[in-house]
Amino acid sequence: MALDDSKKTREFKVVGTRPDRPDGIDKVTGRARFGADMVAPGMLTGRVLRSPHAHARILRIDTSRAEALPGVKAVVTRADFGAVPAHVADIMENCLAGEKALYDGHAIAAVAAVSASVARQALRLIEVDYEVLPHVTDVDEAMKPDAPVLHEGRQQETVPPGMSGNVISRCEFGHGDIEAGLKQADRVIERTYRTAATHQGYIEPHACLATMTADGQGELWVCTQGHYMVRNTCAAILGMDQGRLRVTASEIGGGFGGKTTVFLEPVALMLARKSGRPVRMVMSRSEVLRATGPTASTSIDVRIGMTKEGRITAGFAELRFQGGAWPGSPVGMGAMSGFAPYDLENVKTVGWDVVTNRPKAAAYRAPGAPMAAFAIESAIDELAHGFGLDPLEVRLMNGADEGTKSSYGPTYPAIGLKATLEAAKSHPHWTAPLGKNQGRGVACGFWFNFGGDTSVSLSVTPDGTVTLTEGNPDIGGSRAAMTMMAAEELGIPYDQVRTVIADTGALGQNEVTHGSRVTFSVGLATIAAARAAKAEMCRRAARVWGIDPDAVEWEDGAARPAGPNAGKFPPMTIRDIAAIAPKTGGPISGHHEVMAEGAGVSFATHMVDVEVDPETGATKILRYTVFQDAGKAVHPSYVEGQFQGGAVQGIGWALNEEYIYGEDGILQNAGFLDYRIPVASDLPMIDTVILEIPNPGHPYGVRGVGETSIVPPLAAIANAVSAAAGVRMTQLPMSPPRVLAAIQAGG
Amino acid sequence: MVKVLLWGSLADLAGGAREVAVEAATLRELLEGLARDHPGLRPELERGVSVSIDGRIYNDSWFTPIGPESEVVLLKRLQGG
Repeated sequence: MALDDSKKTREFKVVGTRPDRPDGIDKVTGRARFGADMVAPGMLTGRVLRSPHAHARILRIDTSRAEALPGVKAVVTRADFGAVPAHVADIMENCLAGEKALYDGHAIAAVAAVSASVARQALRLIEVDYEVLPHVTDVDEAMKPDAPVLHEGRQQETVPPGMSGNVISRCEFGHGDIEAGLKQADRVIERTYRTAATHQGYIEPHACLATMTADGQGELWVCTQGHYMVRNTCAAILGMDQGRLRVTASEIGGGFGGKTTVFLEPVALMLARKSGRPVRMVMSRSEVLRATGPTASTSIDVRIGMTKEGRITAGFAELRFQGGAWPGSPVGMGAMSGFAPYDLENVKTVGWDVVTNRPKAAAYRAPGAPMAAFAIESAIDELAHGFGLDPLEVRLMNGADEGTKSSYGPTYPAIGLKATLEAAKSHPHWTAPLGKNQGRGVACGFWFNFGGDTSVSLSVTPDGTVTLTEGNPDIGGSRAAMTMMAAEELGIPYDQVRTVIADTGALGQNEVTHGSRVTFSVGLATIAAARAAKAEMCRRAARVWGIDPDAVEWEDGAARPAGPNAGKFPPMTIRDIAAIAPKTGGPISGHHEVMAEGAGVSFATHMVDVEVDPETGATKILRYTVFQDAGKAVHPSYVEGQFQGGAVQGIGWALNEEYIYGEDGILQNAGFLDYRIPVASDLPMIDTVILEIPNPGHPYGVRGVGETSIVPPLAAIANAVSAAAGVRMTQLPMSPPRVLAAIQAGG
Repeated sequence: MVKVLLWGSLADLAGGAREVAVEAATLRELLEGLARDHPGLRPELERGVSVSIDGRIYNDSWFTPIGPESEVVLLKRLQGG
């Protein structure tokens, strides 16, 4: 669906306001039901036995002693599942190991028992014989020809001969002539940057409750970003018809991409099938960190040339991402996105997807983009400062605009990068004075955004209120946003619409909540469904009035004669029409099913002030401002929340968070005491500036906003810390020991 | 004929050309034409790609029309968080 009218600014009545969130009361009173909150009669507790080795061949698993323990109702291993379809084979292997354990924490077996203590006791009775194998957890080490190889035969045709079997694929993007461009530069810098694997850090651990009846009907209550995905994946793994598995999404305590796949769910269903009892499984925080997907760790080489006036003559980056024990790191998106904010004649990126003995990387908010932006935006910043140029002016000089051929190929339609840069330049933050040991950094970021399968249904109740049914878990305020768009379109108050998240039995397929897609895609479908309901209500009014349906229009929540020639009839409100619906043709509803396309790309500029303690290397965030294009902010408070959340997760990624592996390949910090995410006392209030450059692919101009906000912070903070510390930081996290060592080495 | 821009490593699998021409009026015909005319691209096409048509990104909409002057760019399959 295209933007309603690109020639004039639409006057919204509900969209753009800040009503109370519909889930607020339940969440602050503790009544909202999350993954672990559901119970069922006769429910068992499921627990998972995990590998203590980073890489080991599984020679034997003996579950007989566990099965004999009183209170144990079922034990499962990979053998219980048999062969699974190819498209879910890696997911299956991650849920339960087959021939090899591929990382510390890899699931080996699971039990269902009458209590948690019996389940834990049963795990201790499972005997596993391992042949411990050499391991590798570092991306550069894994690419060496003599590195231990995780898989045979997985290398794709894009990889040149002779490389390690851990190198799965190569991709390359760009245009122009890098070497010719570099020759035009007054300075060329070459740097290598490294980023650590970080976890999405959602507060709610993975949890589910599975039921399987004797006739093969399954039900699953689960904390997920996409219950349709859970249904489809679990059905494939368990050899079920999708229609025989009904999945309901619980409330969700954060996902950020990490809940776009399955871990416990097929195991819980198999335990339920074997035991004949409901089985609930809940991960501990340690399990979440050891065995669910963090993002990739990376090693990135950058070469950029710039004239002394600030024009970038060529940009090159080679990105190496390890995505854990199976193919699929987000290196392709990193390679496509890193230079996307700029209008460059000569640009090239090369990406390598590498496997290591770590948990399989899952998506994490704009997968791949923050790391690429860290490297490229750091190099641009260093060049700008080296010439004594204003880093915002340099970005404006090189910034992409409508008509720019992007670094990944397509030509941009209307985009908002320069609007964010101009807003940053004119913001008081940019000229505020800095004190001793303080520095300011800026960086830009880009994300694609996308749509996908979407199905919604909108029903007018007999009293004229409206129920909107959608199929995407509400992660970032989508119930409020959908309610607002339905109310806007129908011309009725916000509190006359209630939005519910349906189970998989209620609607057609819905793509996972990811890719910043929901406000765009589900919003688009909501508007279309509301328009269908409006059209039907106009038809009902036309029949009552005895005039042509084309002579009726909908305005301010009521059907009205379209003009003087249509006749003189008092308006029929939605309540009037609903009240007589049984007499005019029956229930009134609208629905819309679509493969939503046309999500508009999004850009942001971040600005941050830090203070670095030269004696300890500790960094304090003093001030932070986000400038981002939202297309159209449906509920500005939620948009601001997304901007703030991305900035805060970026602060953690930049300063403290990292997966630390010992020489033995074992994760050393599998808990929030040792894996340090930012807390409120670490942070200033994150200021936000919403820009609205309408997306031509949405009726109201909406763009996704959930992911772009995590792209610039790593680079913006690195640029600020480098300015404050007087030494260029090229490795994340910039933890106090690392900053202190850099200061001491620089001094 | 529609001109399709391939990303660098795909070009190596299509005889080295960064731009190939395919007889197609829809996205489905485009993907089928690429697989037919450039067999080296089949593995990547089977793994899934995204396609930018005149600056808008599509994943699976087979019947999306493509004009002879459309700008068509093959992209790695997008995934979000």
